[in-house]
Amino acid sequence: MKKTKILVVGNGMVGHKFIENMLNSPQAETFDIVTFAEEPRLAYDRVQLSSYFSGSTAADLMLTSEDYYRSNGVHYVLNEQVTEIQPENNCVITASGRKETYDKLVLATGSYPFVPPLPGREQPHCLVYRTIEDLEAITESAAQSKIGVVVGGGLLGLEAANALKNLGLDTHVVEFAPRLMAVQLDEGGGLVLRKKIEKLDVKVHTEKNTQEIVAGEKCRYRMNFADGSYLETDMILFSAGIRPRDELARNASLSVGERGGIVVNNFCQTSVANIYAIGECALWSGRIYGLVAPGYQMAKVAVSHITGGADQFVGADMSTKLKLLGVEVASIGDAHARTPGALSYVYQDGINEIYKRLVLSPDGKKLIGSVLVGDTEVYGNLLQICLNGMDVPEAPEQLIVPASDGQAASGLGVDALPETATICSCHDVSKGTICCAVRDGATTIGAIKSMTKAGTGCGGCVALATQVMNSELTKLGVEVNTDLCEHFPFTRQELFHLVRVEKIQTFDALIEKHGRGLGCDICKPTVASILASCWNGFIMKNELAPLQDTNDYFMANMQKNGTYSIVPRIAGGEITPDKLIVLGQVGKKYNLYTKITGGQRIDLFGAQLDDLPAIWQELVDAGFETGHAYGKSVRTVKSCVGSTWCRYGVLDSVGMAIAIEERYKGLRAPHKLKFAVSGCTRECAEAQSKDVGVIATETGWSLYVCGNGGMKPRHADLFATGLDDATLLKYIDRFLMFYVRTADRLQRTSVWMDNLEGGLKYLKNVVIDDKLGIGADLENDMQRVVDAYQCEWKSTIGDAEKLKRFRTFVNSEKRDNTVVFVEERNQIRPANEDELVRFVTSTELETA
Amino acid sequence: MNAAELREIWVDVCESHELLPELGARALVNGEQVAIYRVRDNLYAIDAIDPFSKAAVLSRGIVGDLKGQLVVASPIYKQHFNLQTGACLEDNTVSVKTYPVREVGGRIQIGM
Repeated sequence: MKKTKILVVGNGMVGHKFIENMLNSPQAETFDIVTFAEEPRLAYDRVQLSSYFSGSTAADLMLTSEDYYRSNGVHYVLNEQVTEIQPENNCVITASGRKETYDKLVLATGSYPFVPPLPGREQPHCLVYRTIEDLEAITESAAQSKIGVVVGGGLLGLEAANALKNLGLDTHVVEFAPRLMAVQLDEGGGLVLRKKIEKLDVKVHTEKNTQEIVAGEKCRYRMNFADGSYLETDMILFSAGIRPRDELARNASLSVGERGGIVVNNFCQTSVANIYAIGECALWSGRIYGLVAPGYQMAKVAVSHITGGADQFVGADMSTKLKLLGVEVASIGDAHARTPGALSYVYQDGINEIYKRLVLSPDGKKLIGSVLVGDTEVYGNLLQICLNGMDVPEAPEQLIVPASDGQAASGLGVDALPETATICSCHDVSKGTICCAVRDGATTIGAIKSMTKAGTGCGGCVALATQVMNSELTKLGVEVNTDLCEHFPFTRQELFHLVRVEKIQTFDALIEKHGRGLGCDICKPTVASILASCWNGFIMKNELAPLQDTNDYFMANMQKNGTYSIVPRIAGGEITPDKLIVLGQVGKKYNLYTKITGGQRIDLFGAQLDDLPAIWQELVDAGFETGHAYGKSVRTVKSCVGSTWCRYGVLDSVGMAIAIEERYKGLRAPHKLKFAVSGCTRECAEAQSKDVGVIATETGWSLYVCGNGGMKPRHADLFATGLDDATLLKYIDRFLMFYVRTADRLQRTSVWMDNLEGGLKYLKNVVIDDKLGIGADLENDMQRVVDAYQCEWKSTIGDAEKLKRFRTFVNSEKRDNTVVFVEERNQIRPANEDELVRFVTSTELETA
Repeated sequence: MNAAELREIWVDVCESHELLPELGARALVNGEQVAIYRVRDNLYAIDAIDPFSKAAVLSRGIVGDLKGQLVVASPIYKQHFNLQTGACLEDNTVSVKTYPVREVGGRIQIGM
């Protein structure tokens, strides 16, 4: 069967979304997809563009990859602009003269930044803010500038101002209208936003109409305004709105709007039935939608129409919540109260600079709009009430005034929401979908995230999604049992708290006071870990010994045949030839299998219990310490060779890796922890796959957290940038201790963070902004653990009584006859079951 | 003294103080590897070989109680064995051998 050929012009966010939806449709097999991109790369996240200035790379922003397109059979051509459509021939012509036919054409050409037609606008340091190439030009220009001006005080203009500020420029915003964000905010909101932004040392000039750009006296340029005033600056960034890219359609005589935009119907079809337009280039009902969510909806509608579905685009909600220059801003529905007879409630807190406005229908029963500046916590709640046409409470002001008992205003509970209410608008997840996931067994927000994708986009809905989940759990009568085990009716976090507050030193004291029974293999090691995290006592102490897993107890890793492997610490992966030789000699002497680990260490396998002390005596004599490979604790800090040797290195990654490993070695935690330090953004140490990853940049260290490899790999999140050594260690101290204090048993850092209400943002609040006021406390706790460190093996081999534990038999010098090795590739390995039977039979025959 | 006790041969394995509370020890008795435990002043002895992994590791498991039964957890695949009966809690078709054990004159003895 001949496949239908779909040609997508433009590979921006919406063009890519269309392709992704096509590939996910059940009929994907019956289509051939071709896409042209005029940019040198496939789709990236333009919404997060400003993060490019806080450490994200072009690679971080990518929404897809060439591999993904290739493996799904999507043909793509980069750096190729389509210059002409010939609707009568069903083909397009590109800049290089290529002709490509289609059955269905999809225009996702997006928009371009509007630059007002002023004299002098086409000078070298007059730039725009839309593509990664633009950002590169801005960075370059900023390096040669001291003062920067953004023309345009709208949403994008303030994003751009943030970028200039991050680049270290003295930043100004010039706006034609009397206030900032005139589209989204009312006068009161605009004023509060302006005050907050000016506090951040960004100068705001409103009601300024730029006439021309001429050579400056003190700076590169001078901007002359209509009122006779002027402003000198070294660079200018235009962010005065967008215009649809409709020239292709216009030249092919498709219908376009008077003020631009390709006219589409509810199915996103243009005036030519087999040509669609989606995203910012499309004009629906006289309106251009300059946000990504409506663009995604159009992509969905176009896919539905092409594949025979019935979805329609009937407009989109333009409510937004965002953080501009660190200021929270949100706007819902009719923010300006333009509806005739609309009523308003306004709450203003002049001290904390918070502004909230509710716009109600003339009968005062429905919420039709809202403006929030400085505190947007109630946004999710208000948006739901507005979108679902719900009645507001008796006293509507309760929705925005802070409750007097210190609790956040609750508004209407989630139970009042209809099943169809959209909770996560990034991934279009409804309340019903979340409830369904709960009925299918999800009991944590982490599970909700992985089953429904809710909360994995911007993260703004996590609090609301959690409320929906909890309410559904309550309805199902599911009492979520978070007890550690049958012996302790507490979570690990609660036990940690009890141990710390009551200064409990032993398992017996804890179980007597707060538990029942003898304990088990779940609670004993957990409590041992808590005691170690709190007091870092010697794990071989008699009262702690019975609590340890065999690995912790014998300080080695038990393998499948009951023998152990040994991993000495090789901090940062740096080792002298002499020490390498010692490892070789020990391996040879005790006939151990040797293997290089993923954490840049050497693992020695096949040691029998009674050999461990002798092996460690030799290792300790040679200056080795235990590597804690057996513990739920800090394992390794992987590093690349860094600036010392590498021609690309920016900072001394090995030195930092060793410093970090020496500081945190032996720290007991709810789960093993892996770290890495890379000396430049080439990232050879793979720091972004670690619990704690550090990457050197020109401006200092970038810190990444909560990544992991393993069964469910997860990229780490960027946590902070431009850190000096001391601040880096301070943040890691706080991060680790907060994790150790609050995580559940065997909960990795990634899952732990996903389950924190507020996720990454909350974690930053706690660690960077010290919102809970526990920063110093966490650092002190960490210092106590660091100070109490001792090499467990060094302490053990000096203690004859403890060494008795390593005897194989209490009554015999014989070795364990169940341990049998065979040779493979010139080393030992455990005999498998077949080999074991043969071996035993033949020895029995010999003795018989 | 009944017939069963008559037939038993008690093998001396170690001094009492060498067997610490809730910490297993391993002894070699007539070529058999035996795991011995002291829990709240009572003694227990079972086969040290874990039937699932075939490795002699049960003396190195964590001792505790589950639903009222005294158990040891295998350090390899984490199954639990009843210290008094040898029965596996996770799989009722599997059990390990138990041995009589006693403390006489400051010595621990295993009956064969």
